[in-house]
Amino acid sequence: MDEPVVDLRGATASLGSRPVLRGVDLTVHRGEVVALLGANGSGKSTAVRSVIGQVPLTGGALSLFGTEFRRFRDWARIGYVPQRTTAAGGVPATVREVVSSGRLARTKLGVLRKADRAAVHRALELVGMADRARDSVNALSGGQHQRVLIARALAGEPELLIMDEPMAGVDLASQEVLASAVREQVAGGVTVLLVLHELGALEPLIDRAVVLRDGCVVHDGPPPEAVGQHALPGHDHVHPHADAAAEPMRTGLLT
Amino acid sequence: MDILNYAFMQRALLAALIVGVTAPAIGIYLVQRRQALMGDGIGHVALTGVGLGFLLNFSPVWVATAVAIAGSLAMELIRWYGKTRGDLALAMLFYGGMAGGVMLMNLSDAGSNANLSTYLFGSISTVSAQDMTMIYVLAALVLLITIGLRRQLFAVCQDEEFARVTGLPVRLLNLLIAITAAVTVTVAMRVVGLLLVSALMVIPVATAQQISRSFAVTFVVSIAVGVAVTLTGTATSYYVDVPSGATIVLFAIALFVLSTVLAAPLARRRAKAAAGAAGSAKGCTLEVPGSRTPADDVSV
Repeated sequence: MDEPVVDLRGATASLGSRPVLRGVDLTVHRGEVVALLGANGSGKSTAVRSVIGQVPLTGGALSLFGTEFRRFRDWARIGYVPQRTTAAGGVPATVREVVSSGRLARTKLGVLRKADRAAVHRALELVGMADRARDSVNALSGGQHQRVLIARALAGEPELLIMDEPMAGVDLASQEVLASAVREQVAGGVTVLLVLHELGALEPLIDRAVVLRDGCVVHDGPPPEAVGQHALPGHDHVHPHADAAAEPMRTGLLT
Repeated sequence: MDILNYAFMQRALLAALIVGVTAPAIGIYLVQRRQALMGDGIGHVALTGVGLGFLLNFSPVWVATAVAIAGSLAMELIRWYGKTRGDLALAMLFYGGMAGGVMLMNLSDAGSNANLSTYLFGSISTVSAQDMTMIYVLAALVLLITIGLRRQLFAVCQDEEFARVTGLPVRLLNLLIAITAAVTVTVAMRVVGLLLVSALMVIPVATAQQISRSFAVTFVVSIAVGVAVTLTGTATSYYVDVPSGATIVLFAIALFVLSTVLAAPLARRRAKAAAGAAGSAKGCTLEVPGSRTPADDVSV
């Protein structure tokens, strides 16, 4: 019953010849919200990408929903939000078209039925992009791109939501929308594993933080408290008069 | 319409129509994953198949199809495994295919330089009844895949990593795209020629992009553009004595330029509408900050 949703044990992985994970243990239980924190190059992104099989493990064991990774096929239970590069491809696509591809895991042969269209619409409403459904993703701001990518993951109604730096380069208005979308998912019993550079707007939601340094876990427990100016959950100093649509101004150093 | 009275022109127009539909239908996925020139590479490799067909005295079109499929699979494998010098490996494949084709053609008795140029640049009026059977079969396959699997192919070409995590058989779908592209190249070979095939995969898509915001509309418009230029190009080559392949490609480029010119005011109107919706139609006003201290009392 209380099987962990993600169970990564003694994981090692390398990118090229450089070892990036050096024995990482990471367990996420049902309903938990776990944040992976750490500096650039600490291996947090690699850890989360190895959980979804995008970085092969060179050692250790991984199981998802109690199934050994090699036998795991139930991808519809996982919603993945990649680190944002862009939601756009080489051909124009609307917001709805991109979000619909997140529903494929739940469809048979890729046919979208009425229930599937409804799920796509719900996901768009959750991130406040329903009114932009027919717009091209090329016309969106960075924060809106990120909202689209999260809606794409939510369209499949996942039990486990995995997000890689969902708040990177996202304007304040979008951060709040995203935080409330995640809050709603968590209230519905969804398990969340996310990579964060700073706790930011998601801070109140996080049950547990796992901090990585040089490919090793150095902290696994309650989210670290902010200590002084260089505390891990670095603060974004956003000017109060900054327009909601504008990118947040950063004071530098911390980001 | 005396053009329709000749059997060879009926075949030519039908072949042109089919190429006008199939080339953009697979081309849109290549453009979407930013591999617009893959068709060009396959065309080069297919030439070796044509040469081999002449040498073995076996249907050059079928051998070309087989070799093009092998070449496109090789390109796909290089994309997976060749991390560092993938572009160089592709270059080897392109020019090796070209040189191999010219060499094999020269070694065979039937293959002459005149024959070579019909494959390189197309010779639509020489499409035979047998060629047509093959074109029907292969075109049906291409349409079945590009339309039937459009959602899966869209997902893979839009974001490959996400598609893998969705549980889609990404490798299989990528191989399918490669094979479909190879088949399309050999279907289009007689109409526009191996060197110009890629143009029909890419230019109609580029034209459609100028005026559309969605993948679905781009798909439909690019096929419409493809059909329009192949049919008018073929008809023109009948009335005026000009090569069909070059005429088709030049028409396609002309349409692209035209759509670019027409799209500029359209984009301006859309931008205006978007600005109006955002409530900033009145333009920019300078806000004077009341205080240098932000609300959270951390001075900056």
